[in-house]
Amino acid sequence: MSEILPIIVAKYNYWLYIILMMIGLYAMISKNNLIKKLVGMNIFQTSIILFYVSIGYKTNATIPIIENAHGDSHSPHELIIHAADYINPLPHVLMLTAIVVSVATFGVALALAVKIYQRYQTLEEDEIRMRLTEE
Amino acid sequence: MINTNYPAILVLSPLLAALMCSIFSWCAKKLCYPTAIISLGISLYASIEVLMQVMDTGTIQYRMAGWAPPMGIEYRIDLLNAIVLLLVISIALINLVASYQSVNQEIGKKSNTFYAIYLLFVTGLVGITATGDLFNLYVLLEITSLTSYAQIAMGDKDRGPLASLNYVFIGVIGASFYLLGVGYIYIMTGSLNMVDVASLLPSLHGSSAVLVAFIFCMLGIWIKMALFPLHVWLPNAYTYAPTVVSRILAPLMTKVMVYVMIRLMITVFGFEYLFEKLNLAEAVVWLATIAILAGAIMAMAQKDLKKMLTYIIVCEIGYMVGGAWLGNELGMTGAILHIVNDALMTFALFLALGNIVYKLKSVHFDNLKGLFGKMPWTMAGFVLGAFSIIGIPPTCGFFSKWYLILGAFEKGAYHFAGALIISSLLCAVLFFRIFEIGFFNNEHDEHNTITMSEAPVSMLIPLGLVSLSLIITGLYSSSIVNKIILPFLQ
Repeated sequence: MSEILPIIVAKYNYWLYIILMMIGLYAMISKNNLIKKLVGMNIFQTSIILFYVSIGYKTNATIPIIENAHGDSHSPHELIIHAADYINPLPHVLMLTAIVVSVATFGVALALAVKIYQRYQTLEEDEIRMRLTEE
Repeated sequence: MINTNYPAILVLSPLLAALMCSIFSWCAKKLCYPTAIISLGISLYASIEVLMQVMDTGTIQYRMAGWAPPMGIEYRIDLLNAIVLLLVISIALINLVASYQSVNQEIGKKSNTFYAIYLLFVTGLVGITATGDLFNLYVLLEITSLTSYAQIAMGDKDRGPLASLNYVFIGVIGASFYLLGVGYIYIMTGSLNMVDVASLLPSLHGSSAVLVAFIFCMLGIWIKMALFPLHVWLPNAYTYAPTVVSRILAPLMTKVMVYVMIRLMITVFGFEYLFEKLNLAEAVVWLATIAILAGAIMAMAQKDLKKMLTYIIVCEIGYMVGGAWLGNELGMTGAILHIVNDALMTFALFLALGNIVYKLKSVHFDNLKGLFGKMPWTMAGFVLGAFSIIGIPPTCGFFSKWYLILGAFEKGAYHFAGALIISSLLCAVLFFRIFEIGFFNNEHDEHNTITMSEAPVSMLIPLGLVSLSLIITGLYSSSIVNKIILPFLQ
């Protein structure tokens, strides 16, 4: 136990995303209501977004906007840029796209749920399946 | 100027036309269909030019907006992409021409907005094939998936939305796994450009993070391509989609995913890593063997022609995955050749199926009696497609299967070769059962003569072209292999 604990604490962001991902998967697999499944799907996608956001982070670093880069300062050694001082913006930018994708997917899925509700008057999966076998 | 920009035109032409179509669907409805046709025509021309350029001068590296890789997004077109691009765009264009009446019949007044979604779907497929960037591939994959969810839901009123929603759940899991794999690759290499990643990976071969990245990417792609235990979404989604949609989804969606798998295997991770460092190849070939047999056996149990064909797709996926994972040149040649051949023969079968649906509405086996009398031309195309799936020379299906079996023997994977032969026999049984129903089951033949009611000519000509192309690709398959596939693999 004493050996596992440091691993969990040091890499807690990975553990967090795995836990969230499993919650999402569990909801998608085991829930009967289609909207609950959709919520699970959203948690699942969000966990991956959080994973990406966390990998761009560095301790004691700031946002990647370079101060004094436009000639405000005249001493040249202030212009030296250390990569360790700035967090990596690329994963965050990628996730902007992924957020758009997940919102669009959620929208399409909700529209489909509305269509299913109009047809069967229910969103419970077992009831829909019963209706299908009756017909 | 324009010569160097063909890779961008390929993608931009359908993308801009999709935008125009959605505007036209409010103000000038009549312009939607011509816009779609013209944009795909431009794309087709560009793809032919690109193929010529690649064959003359080698790989094209196109920098989007002039940003140099690995920072910018690069479109990288070599011989493998170029042939798949030509395949995707020509099938999309022919399908649009062939399905005009069928769209009007099944989708009706929504058909104008449908064309916009269709063009976006083609944009996604073309982009997936052309791109050389791992994250860009994910975005285009999601464009393709989102549009296919919407298109499937336009089909059968009772089951279409439900089948589509199930596809959404599984598709999201697949795409997310792929995204997660890309994340691990990014952590390890700091790059997303495929060629750049490939140059950085060899020093990291022992790393378990790279292994996890590889497994996540493969799982994601396998879910999207419906490899056997992950196939559950496919039959319902394709069966309840409108004819025009299943005509393009069935030949292209799964085949483009196979292309992505081969691209990841060859360009990103490399053969050395896959077959010398990992001991997965044998397990995957076994998986493919099971997929082939399971697909063929499940197809036997179906009583609906469309559903039967969707299970045959599951079976064909096994051919290509197994061939690619044999790990020798013959197997990979067979797999790449089968991408082309399988797309063409599935397309021919679904074109014929669409014609039957257009006339009969239902393709349950009971409704197919005496079909050869009613629709002789359609059935002629269907027979050619069926022969190709079974693998009767000189149709093209025979040649790729031949390479796959040779590859299996060279590797000593006799179970895979056995599965290929058994599935050919099972497919023969499947199709001859259809032929028997279509030909002979005419109890009332003496009383009422069957009147010929063939599909419109505009639907028959594309079917004729595609089914003839099956024989032509078959006859020229040695030159495809020698001029395109073998130079690519070396």
